[in-house]
Amino acid sequence: MIRLIGILVGLGFTSAVLWAFGVGAYTFATEPAEETAEHAFHLHPKDVSFPSDGPFGKFDRRELQRGYQVYKEVCAACHGLHLVAFRDLEALGYSEAQVKAAAAEWTVPGIDPNTGEATTRPGVPTDYFPSPYANDTAARAANNNAIPPDLSLITKARHDGGAYLYSLLTGYSEMPAEMAAEFPEFSTPTGLYFNRYFPNLNLAMPPPLSEGQVTYADGTEATVEQMSKDVSAFLIWAAEPTLEKRLQTGWAVIGFLLFATVLAWFAKQQVWAPLKPKKKA
Amino acid sequence: MSFPWAKPYEPKAPLMRYLDEKLPLPRLVFNAIGAGYPVPRNLSYMWNFGVLAGFCLVLQIVTGIILAMHYAPNAAVAFNSTEHIMRDVNWGWMLRYAHANGASAFFVVIYLHIFRGFFYGSYKPPREMVWLLGVVIFLLLMATAFMGYVLPWGQMSFWGAKVITGLFGAIPLVGEPLQIWLLGGFAPDNAALNRFFSLHYLLPFVIVGAVILHIWALHIPGSSNPTGVEVKTESDTVPFHPYFTAKDGFGLAVFLLLYCTMLFFLPNALGHPDNYIPANPMATPAHIVPEWYFWPFYAILRAFTVDFILPAKLWGVLAMFASILVWFFLPWLDKSPVRSGHYRPLFRKFFVVLVIDMGFLFWLGGAAAEEPYVMMSQIATAYYFLHFLVILPIISMIERPDPLPFSITEAVLGSDDDKAVLATTPAS
Ligand code: HEC
Ligand code: HEM
Repeated sequence: MIRLIGILVGLGFTSAVLWAFGVGAYTFATEPAEETAEHAFHLHPKDVSFPSDGPFGKFDRRELQRGYQVYKEVCAACHGLHLVAFRDLEALGYSEAQVKAAAAEWTVPGIDPNTGEATTRPGVPTDYFPSPYANDTAARAANNNAIPPDLSLITKARHDGGAYLYSLLTGYSEMPAEMAAEFPEFSTPTGLYFNRYFPNLNLAMPPPLSEGQVTYADGTEATVEQMSKDVSAFLIWAAEPTLEKRLQTGWAVIGFLLFATVLAWFAKQQVWAPLKPKKKA
Repeated sequence: MSFPWAKPYEPKAPLMRYLDEKLPLPRLVFNAIGAGYPVPRNLSYMWNFGVLAGFCLVLQIVTGIILAMHYAPNAAVAFNSTEHIMRDVNWGWMLRYAHANGASAFFVVIYLHIFRGFFYGSYKPPREMVWLLGVVIFLLLMATAFMGYVLPWGQMSFWGAKVITGLFGAIPLVGEPLQIWLLGGFAPDNAALNRFFSLHYLLPFVIVGAVILHIWALHIPGSSNPTGVEVKTESDTVPFHPYFTAKDGFGLAVFLLLYCTMLFFLPNALGHPDNYIPANPMATPAHIVPEWYFWPFYAILRAFTVDFILPAKLWGVLAMFASILVWFFLPWLDKSPVRSGHYRPLFRKFFVVLVIDMGFLFWLGGAAAEEPYVMMSQIATAYYFLHFLVILPIISMIERPDPLPFSITEAVLGSDDDKAVLATTPAS
């Protein structure tokens, strides 16, 4: 009885789904989906690697310091970094005194100790990076109705984090001629910028970097590629300051487990030895 | 419980004798997973996954309780509190990655455990109750993991919760009020997050209870084995300890190697990047997908795209639930008296097709909801239901199984004669 009901129920589900398949297949055959410009001209991130990649990854302190400089002098005008505190900058190789000085270069919201009114004050190491806008509405108003996202987790919040960021920052271009020919209705409205690494090809961020925009303290030449790479490395660190510790701990754990696995194997072999079928004499 | 030749518990130390009189807990352990529990000697590594699942449960509870000391279940701060765990709590990053990847490891282990059951006919009498409890555990596990994924309150947390609770809206008449009641509002918000946290903390302990029943029910007939032939004599079995504690120990070590490789070197490989974006009810992600372990069922849900007597959405919801509930009926759908797939030539072929079909459903559940993926998931869904509800019952009626070995001992030693048996019976 159960089997009979089962067969009927099974045939019910099967017919419903095969009917849907038939309708879907018919539509697919008769009305082929139209190719879109976003699909045809979107590019995967460039092939670029960072010192923190892979199981032996390490941060390059000097690269992170350069990236911090790019963030501070360029990106911070529009993007916050609210999960990172100034004290965290010690991980970039700065001394306590340097971090104190770096924090003081930022202005953070504060309270006037005499009147209790909202005011601003220089940052101290325990402060977090301030947001450039008072609220989302102000952020939208200043950016053609788009909100510049907080960058604290940006490399974890996109596929291929660092490589995507690098590609986006170096990926602004003119629309290719064959694209204009193929998709005449595709356009980049004013206030948006064409970038083939952005999913819908138009984004509200103006190209933020230009040659020589920052003057690196260590004398490195500030090309767009160099700055993009450095700021991407810095943001990989910002998204996961514990990355190096994670990899180091990982190797210690794996080493121990390999040893334990070998031990467990021999223990098992020894326990089972008396039970192995002996060859008949 | 157990076989007549099971080793009796005879404590020698005075303390153990005293304990045995007052609270015979050591006796329980001895009889359940010690030398007092005889198990078939031929269990393969496919029998490791139950113990591994138990390990995963403990791991999730331990890491979860510590996470809960630092996590704040409030929509305004939940996202930042998980980042606080990642950045400021000592070893917090390791705890969180251990818990998130622990959930994935748990499902890997559980799926292997379930498919072991499919192949070796573990659901057949006398172990139906063990199987039924197992399916209950799986449902509880899915509920727990679903609610856990909501807690970090990222984009996928929010939209996943919205889509899944939205399924209840497909139920005729009561659907919408039910959905609002479940969420405590029209969309997931603080009320939903709070109750999900409460339940996410509770359900693992309900699972512990169900696991105890599962093992209790198992210990009445004892474990099955790769031949599916029941235990006949003492030479068919060995004591659980030390034989299977040693074998499970090795299995656990290998499991930990794989799990720790994920945890320390690819901790976000199985997660979705969008969950590192704080929940935003105003911005719908391009592709809303649940965690990988739900993909087969998500593929089935989305395969019903066209109304057919009933609305398509209702078909999808019914099919998704039915795709798991059908496992409850397996003991009565597959009536073949032979358990093990090793001796069922026809069954074995369809089992391979089922595994491939499940592989497809896994892949398609994570793929975008567009052609040709939808058509492929429709075919895979059709086979899924045909397999369990039509093919299995028919095979079990028409199949001619291969000859079975006389006993487990014969299967292991190639002979059941006394000398071979004596030479290899564990000294006890
Ligand atoms: C003039 C303001 C401005 C500056 C300066 C700026 N950005 Fe942006 N950025 C934006 C806006 C606006 C968006 C939102 C774009 C959109 O959603 O279309 C954005 C978006 C982004 C995104 C997200 C893209 C995505 O995938 O959604 C990244 C990453 C980013 N910016 C990185 C940077 C970096 C790194 C810098 C410094 C080198 C920088 N930005 C400087 C305004 C700015
Ligand atoms: C059956 C076992 C369990 C499973 C399958 C499970 C699964 C999950 C999953 C998938 C997440 C989301 C992970 C993430 O994205 O970070 C999560 C988060 C969480 N779980 Fe569990 N869990 C289990 C048991 C527990 C227990 C017993 C507790 C506490 C008593 C707990 C507490 C938490 C907390 C506090 C979070 C949120 C913090 C975070 O996101 O890391 N879990 N769980």
